Amino acid sequence: MKAKVKVTLKNGVLDPQGKAIEGALGSLGFSGVNSVRQGKFFEVDLDETDKAKAQSILKQMCEKLIANTVIENYEIELA
Amino acid sequence: MKSAVLLFPGINRDSDMLMALEKTTGKKPQVVWHTNTTLPDVDLVVVPGGFSYGDYLRCGAIAARSPIMADVMAKALKGLKVLAICNGFQIVTEAGLLPGALVRNAQMKFVCREVRLRVENNQTFFTNKMAQGSVVSCPVAHGEGNYIADNETLKRLEGEGRVVFRYVEGTNPNGAMNDIAGICNEARNVIGMMPHPENMVEALHGKQDCLPLFESLLAA
Repeated sequence: MKAKVKVTLKNGVLDPQGKAIEGALGSLGFSGVNSVRQGKFFEVDLDETDKAKAQSILKQMCEKLIANTVIENYEIELA
Repeated sequence: MKSAVLLFPGINRDSDMLMALEKTTGKKPQVVWHTNTTLPDVDLVVVPGGFSYGDYLRCGAIAARSPIMADVMAKALKGLKVLAICNGFQIVTEAGLLPGALVRNAQMKFVCREVRLRVENNQTFFTNKMAQGSVVSCPVAHGEGNYIADNETLKRLEGEGRVVFRYVEGTNPNGAMNDIAGICNEARNVIGMMPHPENMVEALHGKQDCLPLFESLLAA
């Protein structure tokens, strides 16, 4: 079973990389960019075929390694 | 004082730390490879600086989950002294031994320079030879040393005297909240800091401001 995991910075956590991208977009002439936040995207291929079990395994993976829940949120999407 | 220095792939400040520890404690520290599952019988474990696993995923994230860390965590909870420098600080926060997180420097630049550190708590195993409020010079070299924590955690750290080192006003190199350079856990046996005191202990380093920090280890 394939899963997509999206990890984003929590609101209020400073994102200097997003700020730099925002600035560069401005330099390229894209006006009206209010803000850019950078995140991470993971594709995980699992042996598990049961959706609920896969969800639970992925949640543990996110909590233990893929995301740092002090500063990041995560979203799991199963194919 | 018996000590051990942990070694992960990509760590590069281990030699400097070994020299500083041997110089001040008179004993050669043991080097412990990350795949080991048990620490040797020591009084202090140092998690040195560098770029473990090339900073993949997040700085320190992979090293924090390596085999040796389970024993470090278990023994730290029982009072083993842990000193975590720079990437080591990132590793122990990722492991949950210290609260908060270290994120990209606010100005996005890697900083490699000397800063001024104020000793905010001289009742720890690494600061007991320093006067409260005294200031030392110390080098920093990092791209992700911007300490952040939620308001409640910050309040606790400040209220419980757990901010051990603070960048002197105007020298904060990374945007860290409350100018925090180093903190300790509740039991005060785990200290994490971004600056590199091991690089300010020899005449050749230009200054020896950080010698008393290492000498504190002997009294602790």
